[in-house]
Amino acid sequence: MTDTSTRPARTDSPAPPPGPPGRATGGSWWSRQEMTRGFWVKLVLVALVDALGVYGVLAAAALAQWGIVAFLAVALVVVNVVYFSKRMMPAKYLVPGLLFLLVYQVFVVLYTGWTAFTNYGDGHNSTQADAVEAILVQNETRLPDSPSYPLTVILSGDELGFAVVDTEGEAQVGTADEPLHRTDDATVEGGRVTAVEGWETLQFAQVLERQDEVFALRVPFSDDPNDGSVRTPDGSTGYVYVSTMEWDEAAGTITNTATGDVYTADQEVGSFVSEDGTELGTGWKVFVGLDNFTRVFSDSTLAGPFVGVLLWTFAFAILSVATTFGLGLFMAIVLNHPKVRGRKVYRSLLIVPYAFPAFLTALVWQGMLNRDFGFVNATLLGGASIPWLTDPWLAKIAVLVVNLWLGFPYMFLICTGALQSIPQEIYEAGKIDGAKPWRMFRSLTMPLLLVSTAPLLISSFAFNFNNFNVVYLLTEGGPDDLSAPVDVGATDILITFVYRLAFGGVNRQYGLACAVSILIFLIVASISAATFRKTRALEDLI
Amino acid sequence: MAATTLPPTSTDATVPVQRDTTPKGLRWWRELGWRHVVTVAVLAFAFVPILYVVSSSLNPTGSLTGSNRLFSSISFDNYVELLTDPVHPYARWFVNTIVIATTTSVGTVLLGAAAAYAFSRFRFAGRRGGLLSLLLVQMFPQVLAYVAIFLLLVTLRDVFPAIGLGSQLGLILVYLGGALGVNTYLMYGFFNTVPKELDEAAKIDGASHAQIFFGIILRLVAPILAVVGLLSFVGVFSDFLIASIVLVDPDAQTLPVGLYQYVSQRFSEYWGVFAAGAVLAAIPVVLLFQFLQRYIVSGLTTGAVKG
Repeated sequence: MTDTSTRPARTDSPAPPPGPPGRATGGSWWSRQEMTRGFWVKLVLVALVDALGVYGVLAAAALAQWGIVAFLAVALVVVNVVYFSKRMMPAKYLVPGLLFLLVYQVFVVLYTGWTAFTNYGDGHNSTQADAVEAILVQNETRLPDSPSYPLTVILSGDELGFAVVDTEGEAQVGTADEPLHRTDDATVEGGRVTAVEGWETLQFAQVLERQDEVFALRVPFSDDPNDGSVRTPDGSTGYVYVSTMEWDEAAGTITNTATGDVYTADQEVGSFVSEDGTELGTGWKVFVGLDNFTRVFSDSTLAGPFVGVLLWTFAFAILSVATTFGLGLFMAIVLNHPKVRGRKVYRSLLIVPYAFPAFLTALVWQGMLNRDFGFVNATLLGGASIPWLTDPWLAKIAVLVVNLWLGFPYMFLICTGALQSIPQEIYEAGKIDGAKPWRMFRSLTMPLLLVSTAPLLISSFAFNFNNFNVVYLLTEGGPDDLSAPVDVGATDILITFVYRLAFGGVNRQYGLACAVSILIFLIVASISAATFRKTRALEDLI
Repeated sequence: MAATTLPPTSTDATVPVQRDTTPKGLRWWRELGWRHVVTVAVLAFAFVPILYVVSSSLNPTGSLTGSNRLFSSISFDNYVELLTDPVHPYARWFVNTIVIATTTSVGTVLLGAAAAYAFSRFRFAGRRGGLLSLLLVQMFPQVLAYVAIFLLLVTLRDVFPAIGLGSQLGLILVYLGGALGVNTYLMYGFFNTVPKELDEAAKIDGASHAQIFFGIILRLVAPILAVVGLLSFVGVFSDFLIASIVLVDPDAQTLPVGLYQYVSQRFSEYWGVFAAGAVLAAIPVVLLFQFLQRYIVSGLTTGAVKG
C-alpha cells in the first residue's frame, strides 16, 4: 500500500485537504480517469449525491438555514474531491460512514451540549419576535366599538383566506401568513367581494362545512402586530380584534392597556417581566450559562430526586453486569465439559432469550408480574398478591430480574468463547505445580477470562447505565414518587428521567434534559476511561 | 458472583478426574449429572415467559386472568383479531419494522466494513487518532442525544420533508449515524485476522481496489458481517426510544412503538391479542438467530476477544 502512505488523508477531520482534481501534471483530469465499469458506477453515484446535495442547498437557502447550507456545500466538495482523486484511498472508504457520523452523532452531541446551556423548552422555544407575536395574539379581544367589514371566505388549495371591503370600498385580501393588503384582482358587487382571481369563494354551505377552521382563522390587519387581526364569528362579517397588550419595540416593553402593567424584556431569563416579578407565559430561547447544571445540584426540588436517581442508576448498572456475567459464566463453565451430552442443544436453547426482542420481553414480563392477574402471582405463587411493579423495592428487583433474563445469554456466549480460547497447557502446568481446581479457577481461568472480557463488561456497564427499554417498558420508571416535587419514580434511571424532563409532562424542558444528558455522558465516559486505562484495553485494540 | 459457588471439577475439562473408588453412579453425578439439573433449571427460567406468551396468544379468552393456565385451550382468534383490527394496523407496523431494520442493517454493514477496512489495511495520518475518536464518540451514545435528534429532525422537516420528523427514511439515517463505532471495532479486529498477502496477490493479478474489497475481503469476513448485521437488525427492531420520537403517524410506526401503545391503552382485557402480536414479532428475530448462530458465536469471540 505504498501509494497511499505517501500522501496521507486527514480522516479525523471532516474536510480532507482540498485540491482541485485537475491540478496534477500530465494530461487533463478527464483523460487520466480510467474508463472502467467501476468508474461509470462511481460517476452515476456521485452525480446522484451531487443532485440531492444541490437540491438540499437550494431548499435550505430558501428557508435561510445557513448551517445546513454550509454543511452540505462542504460535504459536496469533499465527496467530489475524494472520489475523483486518484489518491486518498482510505478516505474513499471512510467518507460515507463519517458523513452520517458527523450529522447524527457528532452534531447532535454538540447540539445537546449547546442546548444544555439554554432555557429551551415549552414557553421558551423560539425567538423574541415570535414570543411578542404569541403574547399579542393570546390577548386579542374584539373591541366593542371596532368597525365591521363585509367579509368573504376564500380558498386556494388548502389555504383559507379572507377578502373584505374596507371603509373606502376597496377590496383587501389576506391569509393567516399574509396580512390584509389591497388588491385589484377582486370583483366587488353589492358592497362585498364576490370573486378573487386565483381563489375560490366559499358559499355559505361550504363555510359551514369548515366552520371550525374559518372561525379560528385570524388574518393580521397589517405588518404591525399591535394593529391586531380580522376574525369572523359568522363567516360573513369581519371584526377587528386588538390585543390588550401593546408592544413597544423601541423600549422593548409590552404594556397591558387594560391594567397598565409594563413588562420589560429580560434577556437573562428570556421572558417579559413586570416590576413585581411576574413573567408573561411565553418567552424565548436565551443562553443561560450553567444554570441548568447548577439547578440539578442546588435547586431543592431537583437535587434530591436527582441524587436518588443517580444512585439507583449506578446500582442498576453494576448489579445488572454482575448478575448477568455471574449466571452467564456459571452456565458457560457448567457446559464446558466435553462429556456433557446434548451440549449443543443446551447452548442453542440458552441463547433464545437473547434472540427474543428486548422490548417484547419487558412488555411480556409486565403482564406476568401484574399483581392481580399476572402469571407469577396467580399460578407460580398460587394466588399470592405481591405488588411486584407497584412497590418501590420490589419494582427494583423486578427490573433487575427481567434484565438478568435478557442479558445472561449474551454473557454466556462471550464466556463460552473466552473459555475455549484459554490454552489447555496452562492447566497442565498448574497441575504439575500442584494447584487444586479451585485455585486454578481463581488464578488461571478468572484472570485470563477477565483480560478478554473486561472491555465487554465495561461496554455492558455503559449499556445498562442507559438501558431505557427495560426500565421504561416494564415500569415506565414507576411506581411514581408522589411526594417528590418533580415527576420521578422509584425505578427511574437517569435516561428515563431525561425522557420525563423532555417529553413527559406538560412542561417540556429541553435545556434541562440536555444538561442531565451531558452529566450522564461525563459519568459514563470517566468511568469507562478509567477502567480502560487500567485494563490497557486500548493498547490492545490499536 | 454466582461463579464462586462452583464445585471444583468445573474448570478443568482436560485435567483427568482422579481415580477414586466412589460408585459409578455417584461419580457420574459429581462429574456430569448436576450439570444437567442446573441447565434444565436455568432453561426453565429462560423459557417460562416464552411458553407463557405463546400460550396466551392461543387462549381464546384473551384476558390476562384467562391466560394463567398454560395451553388450557387453543384457538387462533387472537391472531385473526390482531390482523383485522383497523385501529391498530399491526401488519403495517410489521412491514415497517422489517423494512427499516433490514435497510439499516445492510447500510450499517457496508459503512462499517468500509471504515474497518480502511483502518485495517491503510496506514495514514490520523489513523490512530481516528480509531480513538470513534471510541470517544461512541461513549456518548445516540440514546443520550435523543432530545437533540428530535430538535434536528424538526428543523430538517422544513428543509427536506423526506428525512425530517415523522419520516421513516429520516429514522433510518439517524440509525446509520451509529454505523461506525463499536461495529468498526468488532470488524477491525476481524479484518486484521485476514492476511494482507491475499489482497496484495490479488492486486498483482490486476484486481482494482473495489474488486479486492467487494470480491475478496467481504467474503472472507462474512462471519463478522453477519454478526454486525444481526446486532444492528435486532437493535433497530427493538428500538423504542428514537422510533417513538421520530414516527408520529400510527401508519408509519414500528412494532415497539405500536405494541407499547397497544399495551398501555388497553392492557389486561386485550392481553391475548397483544401476546399474538408479540409472538409474531419475535419469530423473525429468533429464526434469524438460529440461522446465523454459528456466525454469532465465532464472530463475537473472534472479533471481540483476543485469544
